Amino acid sequence: MTQLIEGRTGSWEVVIGLEVHAQVISNAKLFSGAPTAFGAEPNEQVSLVDAAMPGMLPVINRVCVEQAVKTGLGLEAEINLVSVFDRKNYFYADLPAGYQISQYQQPIVGKGRLLIDLPDGSQREIGITRLHLEQDAGKSMHDQHPVLSYIDLNRAGIALMEIVSEPDLRSSEEAAAYLKKLRSILRYLGTCDGNMEEGSMRCDANVSVRRPGDPFGTRCEIKNVNSIRYVAQAIDYEARRQIEVIETGGTIDQETRLFDAGRGITRTMRSKEHAHDYRYFPDPDLLPLVLDPAMVARIKAEMPELPDQRRQRYVQEFGLSAYDAGVLVGEKETAVYYETVARGRDPKVAANWVTTDLFGLLNKTGRTIADPPITAEQLGGLLDLIADGTISGKIAKDVFLILAEEGGDARSIVEARGLKQVTDTGAIDAAIDAVLAANADKVAEYRSGKDKLFGFFVGQVMKATGGKANPAALNELLKTRLQG
Amino acid sequence: MTDILDLSLAAARRALADRSLSAVELVGAYAKRVEATRGLNAFITETLDHAVEAAKTADQELASGDAKPLTGVPIGIKDLFCTKGVQTTAGSAILKGFIPPYESTVTERLAAAGAISLGKLNLDEFAMGSSNITSHYGPVKSPWTRAGDDRPLVPGGSSGGSAAAVAARAVLAATGTDTGGSIRQPAAFTGIAGIKPTYGRCSRWGIVAFASSLDQAGAMARDVQDCAILLQAMAGHDPKDSTSAPLPVPDWSAALTGDIRGLKVGVPKEYRVDGTNPEILALWDQGLAWARDAGAEIVEVSLPHTQYALATYYIVAPAEASSNLARYDGVRFGQRVPGKTLDEMYENTRGAGFGAEVRRRILIGTYTLSAGYYDAYYLKAQKVRALIARDFREAFQQVDVLLTPTAPTAAFALGEKMDDPIAMYLNDVFTVPASLAGLPAMSIPAGLSSDQLPLGLHLIGRPFDEATVLRCAHVLERAAGFTARPQGY
Repeated sequence: MTQLIEGRTGSWEVVIGLEVHAQVISNAKLFSGAPTAFGAEPNEQVSLVDAAMPGMLPVINRVCVEQAVKTGLGLEAEINLVSVFDRKNYFYADLPAGYQISQYQQPIVGKGRLLIDLPDGSQREIGITRLHLEQDAGKSMHDQHPVLSYIDLNRAGIALMEIVSEPDLRSSEEAAAYLKKLRSILRYLGTCDGNMEEGSMRCDANVSVRRPGDPFGTRCEIKNVNSIRYVAQAIDYEARRQIEVIETGGTIDQETRLFDAGRGITRTMRSKEHAHDYRYFPDPDLLPLVLDPAMVARIKAEMPELPDQRRQRYVQEFGLSAYDAGVLVGEKETAVYYETVARGRDPKVAANWVTTDLFGLLNKTGRTIADPPITAEQLGGLLDLIADGTISGKIAKDVFLILAEEGGDARSIVEARGLKQVTDTGAIDAAIDAVLAANADKVAEYRSGKDKLFGFFVGQVMKATGGKANPAALNELLKTRLQG
Repeated sequence: MTDILDLSLAAARRALADRSLSAVELVGAYAKRVEATRGLNAFITETLDHAVEAAKTADQELASGDAKPLTGVPIGIKDLFCTKGVQTTAGSAILKGFIPPYESTVTERLAAAGAISLGKLNLDEFAMGSSNITSHYGPVKSPWTRAGDDRPLVPGGSSGGSAAAVAARAVLAATGTDTGGSIRQPAAFTGIAGIKPTYGRCSRWGIVAFASSLDQAGAMARDVQDCAILLQAMAGHDPKDSTSAPLPVPDWSAALTGDIRGLKVGVPKEYRVDGTNPEILALWDQGLAWARDAGAEIVEVSLPHTQYALATYYIVAPAEASSNLARYDGVRFGQRVPGKTLDEMYENTRGAGFGAEVRRRILIGTYTLSAGYYDAYYLKAQKVRALIARDFREAFQQVDVLLTPTAPTAAFALGEKMDDPIAMYLNDVFTVPASLAGLPAMSIPAGLSSDQLPLGLHLIGRPFDEATVLRCAHVLERAAGFTARPQGY
C-alpha cells in the first residue's frame, strides 16, 4: 500500500529508515562492573573503566552479549558467530575515553525482519539491516551552572543495541507501527524496557522523499526523538519540508537535524564543516567476539513466545478476531493479564471485558496495565458470577466499578450488598402482582394491543426487585401473566 | 658488607633467606645509592621513606618464615605503571600530579610477592622514544660513557630510567614495558638483561597505554636469572585484561638448565642489513659460535617481510596511540589549561601537555586512520603485520629460537640523532618485528664496542615459550662472561 503525499507539483513518496538505540537490560555495564540502575545520584555508578582512567581496560559483559543474541533471534536475524568491536573516535566532554566502543564492519547480528501491524489488521515486513552492541556516552548538563557544564557519567558505558532498519517504511504511521512492534518484541524478550521517556529506547529517523518509482532521494537524519508520537510528527514535518524545498527549486543537503518538540519542527543540528571523521578501527583492547554455537542454540531453545505467535494462538485457540488478538498481545503485561482472566473461562467474554471495560477504566483513571485498579484475579471472579447466573451482566458492570474503587472480591461484594440475581419465581411473581395491580390501566392497554408497554412492565418489576431479578425469568413470567 | 650492591637479585634473596643480610640493610644500601646517582635523573618520583619502612616489615616476615618470593627485594617501577597513592606521570606534563587511586596488576603482583619499590623510573613521554630524551622530566643519562669521551650518553628508551637505574645499581631490578623495543634496546645500551615476554603474558591493566596491541610489561635486571625471577612474579592471567592469556606460568628459573644441546638456533638472513656496524655483526657471529660450542645447531632462516616491519610499526603504533591518548583531555584528571570553549580547552590542554614526539605520533596516527587513508595505511599495515607473524611461524617450524643483534649501534650521545626522527626510529629495526608478532624476546649483554660501550644480543622465541629464550640466553650470557661496569658507577 503506497501512501503518497500530494505536493504542489504532484505526488511524493516518503522513505524512512529508523535507527533505534535500545538500552540492554543488564545489571552491569557493557565493559565494566558498574551498576546500571536508573535514577542514581550523578556519578554514583562510575567505575575506573567508565571514567577512562589511564591504563583501564574493557572486559565484555557476557549478559549483554546474550541479550543481543536473544534480540537478534527475536528479529529472525542472522547471528554472527564472530563479531568485532571498533573504536569510534571523537572528542566530547561526556565521552571519557575520546572514543566509543561500538561495532562497525562486523556487528553481532546481521539481516533480519520485523512485521508491522497495519490498521486494517494486515502485516507488512520491514527489513532489519543489522543490530550491533555499543557503549552509551555520559550526560552533559548545561543548565546547572552559569558558565560551566556538568558531566554525569552514570550512563557512560551502559550497553546499547543499535537496531537499524532498511529504508522500507513509507509513512509516519508505519514508522510508529515499527517502533511499537519493536518495543513490544524487546519487552517480550526482556532485553530492553523500551521506555522512551527515560531514554532507554531512543530513535533517529532517516527521512527522504522521491517521486514514486524514482531512486532514493537525499536523506536527512533526525536525532534522538523521545516518543513515538514525536517520531511521527518529526517525519511528517520533515517530509513536508523536503517536498517544499524541492518544489521551490532547491536541493536537500544530507545533514543531521534536531526535532524541536515545542514547535513541532526539525532544524539543522550539525553543519557540514563539523562533520565527524570517526576514524573507526578495531579496538586492540578487545579480542574478536567469538560466540559458542551451543550458547546461541541454548538461547534459541529458551526463546519466549513473541507477540505474533501469541496473536496467532489467540485467534486459533480462543477464536478471537485478529484485531482483538492484536490489541491484547501488543503489551506483554496486557497479554498476561488477559490470559489470567481467560483461564478456565470463556475467552471471548474475557477479551470483551479486558478490551472494553478494563481499557476504559485504565483510560479514565490514567493507570497502566502494570498497575491496574482491578487485578486479573478480581476480574476473573466477577466473570465467574456472571457465568454461574449469580448476577446479570448489567449488575456486573456496577460490581466492576465497586471493585475498582473499593477493592475486595466480587462474590463478597455481591453478597454484602444483596446484589444477587433473583431467580426465585415466587419473589418475582409477587413483584409482578404488585406492579400489575398498581397499573391496571396499562395492563388493559397492553392487552388491547399496545405491545410496546412490555418494556414498561419489565422496568417496573426490575425497579421493584432492585434490579436483581433474573431478566430471563422475569421476561417469561411477565409474558405469561400479561397474556393471562 | 661493602658489596651489598654487588649481590645479584638471586644472591640477595639467598642472603635474606639465611638472615646473613637484613632487608633493612639491603634496602638502606639501595636507598643511599638512589641518592648518590640522582645525577642520572633515572627517577621521577622516589619513595625511599616508604621503602625503608617496608623493609622493616619485610624483616619481620623473613624472621617469622612468612617470606614470599621477593620479600625485601628493592626494585624500581617504570613510571608507566599506575601506582596507588604514588604519582604516575608516563613521563608527560599532562599527567603531572596525577595520583592514581588504583594499582596496576603487575605492580600489585610484585608487591604481593614482597618486592619493595624505591620509586617511579623515568621514561620517554608515554613510552614514545628510543633515547629517553622525550621525557617531560628531563633526559636520563646513561651511567656509561665512551672511553676517553665524557659526553653523556643516552640509556636508550623508552625504559631508559629502568635501564640506567639497574646498570648503576640503584635498584636490584626494574619493571619495563616494551612496545617496539623499549626494554631490549635500553638493556643493550646499558649492559643489562631485559626480557619482553609474549604479548598477553603480563596484564596490561593499570599500565598507561601507548599502543595496546603491542605494549607488554617485562623485566630488566643484571642477568638472565634475575630477569626470570622478576618476570615470574609479574606474569599470569588477569581477567581484567581481555588480551591477557589464560595460561599457567611455568617455573622460569627451573628452565635455566645450562643445556642447549640439540637446540636449533635460527639466523634470519634478512637481518644482515646494509650499514650495520661491523662490530655488531662480529658480535652476532660470536654469539652464534657460542651457541654452536654449547651444542646448538645453527640454521639460517628467512623472514622475508622484515624490511617492512619498521614502516608497519610506525603506522600501527601511532594509530593506536592517537586513540589511546584521546582521554588526556583535561576533563577528569591530570593537567587542564582553561579555554573559552570546550574545544579551546582541549587545544590548550593538549598543546601544553604533550611534547613534540607525542604530538607527532598523534598526528601521524590520526592521519593514517582518517577516512580515505585508512585502507592505504592502517589496513595495509595490519596485512603486512599478519605476513610478518607468518614469517616467524614458518621459521619456528625449523628452529626453536632466533638469534640477532639487539640494536644496530651502541648507545649514542645525548643530542645526537635528535633532529632526525627516522634515524631515531631505526634503533628499533631488530626489535620491532618480534613486537609486531607478539613474540617473547630478550636482550643480554654480550660484549663491548671499540669505545668500550655495551652491545647486546637478542633472542626471539615461539609464543609463550619464554622458557627456551631464557635457557638459551642464560647459556650465551655465561659464554659471554660480560663483567664490564660503567666507569664511575
